[in-house]
This record gives sequence, C-alpha cells and structure tokens, in this order.
Amino acid sequence: MIASFAPRAFSVFERNVFVYRRQWLMIVTGFFEPLFFLLGIGYGVGGVIGTIPYAGSDVPYAAFVAPALLASAAMNGAIFDSTFNIFYKLKYAKVYDAILSTPVGVGDLAVGELLWSNLRGVIYATAFLVVMLAFGLVHSPLALLAPLAVIFIGFSFGAAGFAITTHLRSWKDFDFLFILLTPLFLFSATFYPVEIYPGALRAIVELSPLTRGTHLVRSLCFGNLNLLMLVDVAYLSAISLIGYRHAVRRLGALLLK
Amino acid sequence: MTNSAAEPTALIRARGLTKAFGARTAVAGIDFDVRDGEFFGFLGPNGAGKTTTMRMIAGVSPRTSGTLEIFGEDPDLHGSAIRGRIGVVHQQETLDMELSVRENLLVFGRFFGMDRASIASRADELLELFQLSDRAKDQVEPLSGGMKRRLSIARSLIATPRILMLDEPTTGLDPQARHLLWDALQRLKRGGTTIVLTTHYMDEAEQLCDRLVVMDQAKIVAEGSPRQLISEHASREVLELRFPNGTDSIDAAILDGIGDRYERLAERVIIGCENGEAAHARALAHGLNPESWLVRRSSLEDVFLRLTGRSLDE
Repeated sequence: MIASFAPRAFSVFERNVFVYRRQWLMIVTGFFEPLFFLLGIGYGVGGVIGTIPYAGSDVPYAAFVAPALLASAAMNGAIFDSTFNIFYKLKYAKVYDAILSTPVGVGDLAVGELLWSNLRGVIYATAFLVVMLAFGLVHSPLALLAPLAVIFIGFSFGAAGFAITTHLRSWKDFDFLFILLTPLFLFSATFYPVEIYPGALRAIVELSPLTRGTHLVRSLCFGNLNLLMLVDVAYLSAISLIGYRHAVRRLGALLLK
Repeated sequence: MTNSAAEPTALIRARGLTKAFGARTAVAGIDFDVRDGEFFGFLGPNGAGKTTTMRMIAGVSPRTSGTLEIFGEDPDLHGSAIRGRIGVVHQQETLDMELSVRENLLVFGRFFGMDRASIASRADELLELFQLSDRAKDQVEPLSGGMKRRLSIARSLIATPRILMLDEPTTGLDPQARHLLWDALQRLKRGGTTIVLTTHYMDEAEQLCDRLVVMDQAKIVAEGSPRQLISEHASREVLELRFPNGTDSIDAAILDGIGDRYERLAERVIIGCENGEAAHARALAHGLNPESWLVRRSSLEDVFLRLTGRSLDE
C-alpha cells in the first residue's frame, strides 16, 4: 500500500519544487531571521550576561540560544508553508480541486504538502547549523543530527498548521494565528532555561511543541543525551499524527462534498 | 462500416443515482448510460444537478444512494484508479497560476504517475494540438479565456484518458473561441475518446452530442439524440411571435388554432407547427398583431421549453 501511495504524495511535493525553482529567494529570506536573532540576542544580550548555566556547567549565552533558533527556524519554515501557501492553494488558486481530479487522494495530498513544508524546515536548519559551526557554537558532533531532529519539529508544526488552516475563512484569520506564534517563539525556553518558570506556568511551557523541539535540538548540540529526548520525539510525533488526520478529514469535508 | 456489437458497452452506468446536501436534493434518482466512444451531454439550466452528477462520476463526490459504475467499478470504492482513466475539465478555471503553461502539463502528468520522458513528449504533442506551443514557457495568468480553456483541456488529456469530462466548457468564451473548442472536441471524439459534457447551451448540445439527457430540478426529463428529442418533443418548425406589451391578453383559443402546440412566455408566443409560414398567415387571419415574427427550425431550446414550460435563459 505504501508503495502505491508514496509516488502520488511525492508528485504533490514535486509540484512545489517546480514552483520554487523560480521563487528560491523566498526560501533564502527565511534563513536570515534566525541569523539576526543570533547576532542581536545571542551576541548582543550575550555580551552583557556572558554565560548561562546549562546541564551542570556554564555555557556561552550565544551557544545556549543558537540551538533554539535552529529549532524555531524549522518551525517557521513549516508553519509559513502550511498556513499561507496552503490557504492560497486551498481557497483561491483551486490547485487542490485540480489535483483531486487525478489519482491523487486527500491523504497523498496532505503527505506531499507536509514533506515539502518539512524540507523547508530542514534547509533552514542545515544552513543555520553551518552558521553555528562557523561561529564555533557547536559543542558536540551529535549536533550534526540536528537537521534530522528538526524533521519532527517540521512535521508537528506543518501538520498542526495545515489542520488549523483548513478552518480559516479569510486572510484576516491569520492575525489570530500569528498572535499565537510570537509568544510561542519567545516563551518556549528559547532565550532562557525552562526552569525559570514557576510551577503551573512551567507545566504549560513544557507542553509547548517548540519547547520540546528546542530541548531536542539543544541536547544534541551540547552532546547531552537524555531520556527526555524520547518524550520530545513521541510528543512531536503525536502532534504530527493528530494534525495530519484532522487535516485529511477537513480536506475531505471541504473538497469531496 | 464495421459491424459493432449489438449492445455497445456502457462505460458509465447510473441507476437511481441520488445526491443530497442536507435537506436539499441536488440529484434525485437518475438513470443513464454513457457508451464507449460517444459524445454524451447533460443539458439543463444552472442548478439542475449537472455539475453534481459530473462530480460523482469523477469520484470526488460520494453519492447518497443508488448505483454508479465507471468502467464497471464503483467510484466511491475505486476512485483513484477510475480517476486515472478520466480527464476532468472544471467549470471554474483550476489551472496552476504558479506554473508556466508547459509546467502545468508536466506536473499534472506526475499526478497520474507517468514517467518524465513520456510526459514531456505527450505535453509537447498536446501543446501543438491545442495551438499553445508558442506560449509554452509563458505564465498562465495573461492567457486569453479561450487559451486557458484549451490548456485546461490539454492538461486533462495528459494521461490519454478513456473518458473526458467537461463541465460547461464554453461558458464565457467568445463565439470564435467557442468554435475552435468545438472543433478540438470533435477531433478528440473521432480519435476514440468518450466525451461527457454539461452545457446550458442548446446549440452546443445540438452540435456536439450523439446523445443527451435533459435535466431539470435534479431529475432527467428526457433522453435521446438531439434529432430524436426534437422530433419527439417539438414540431418541425417554430413560429415566434413577439408582443412587447405582454402576451396575457391573447385568447388561448386563438393560439390553439394556429399550430400543433404553443408556449406563452412574458413577451413571446412560441408556436410549434409543421409549416411556420402557414402558421403565421393563420395568426394574422385570427387578428393577432405581433410586433415582429420569425420562423425557424425546432431546436433543443424548444424541447426544453416544451418539457419544463420554462425557457432556458429564464
């Protein structure tokens, strides 16, 4: 079944490759945002505070922040694609109506789109990892696994973004979506350790998918293997699966009436 | 001529086909067969249920009840396999505006699982056939309406489908683009493609279809070849009398005496008859004084009027 399923999903992925062969500049822009945060916060603020305690030792602040920026770059890549781009294709361009008149089904369609939004996340993460290496911010060879780890981040945010997008009615609704993303980026243990939060608040922050993604990437970058990483992977996988299934159900309800 | 089988194979077979959206019934238990190689039409006004029927055939709208077989298979169960052998042209433009003309074909071929080499040669062949070769590298957006429609049809043919389905293919096109499209469709038909189209244009149905069903208010109200339908449901000729001040005051007894049958519209009386000139003479003899009049051959428009009591453009 997978054998007949995979090529169809991949054909949807290929469609995006065709589109972005001309729009590669749009992908490049997504790489600069984390770089600016690294320079501004990592080195700017880091210059003031110096080091920060992590896993029993003091580490340079920029090295602490960089893995979180890598994780959020992957998040942004996946979210941007699975919200704006998918909304456009779904509501305005009628791209999906055309695709669904071919052997491609809603499941293939969702998988293809998620593969693509994930690729974007992986590209950002890889590029940013190169920056981290250049700045000497990598403390373990395990960091080379970070671009693979961000696949879990990409799928979870891609699938969740896709699922949410199927409920949006107009471009105005995006305001609500992005009002959620800013605190997610700022408060998910990005710029300081999660231990800073008091009891109940910390429990909430620990449940943020970006907190889990950041924990996963940061652990790798410092070579700090721990069991909580398995929880990260399981949690992000669960969000991916729920988001994917919901998106497919909604696509069916919207397009296969 | 070769001798074909007595009973031509039905590629599409519907019995009691029904689709309801909540309380609204869009298609109410229709029966029809589309045979291999024929040009089949669904004719009817907007909202008659034509598009919904097309969507059920194309496997993108599960039916509410009844049976439906495409190539002998149920589209609700084998949708993907069936869609692989059908080309669909939507009423609304669904071309990919983010891709060039040729890329629209290349990407579509991949959706059908074709290999890149056969897609490329098929794409060039189709661009040539639909006179789009010189626009191959252009974006889709600036193309004219007629070109976009030709590209949509070319795209739907990428995987050489056995059945081509077109929903209102000439709506919004100027007469020249329309005739170009009709020619292209007739060429396809001669090449052996079975074509199913919906239209609310009588002349289109009459020009193109071997057989058609007339739909009105979710039901099929007549079925046959254009010729059959006209001979069964209309007279040989039609006399149209125009009364700009309204037709309400005209005595029914007078109208009965002019031809075989008549339909009274707001400003026109349409009279079915054997001989229009003679009927016109009788109308004048009965003291009618129309502002203008004309005699023409019966068309599917008259069939529709006769069957539903309404004109198609009302």
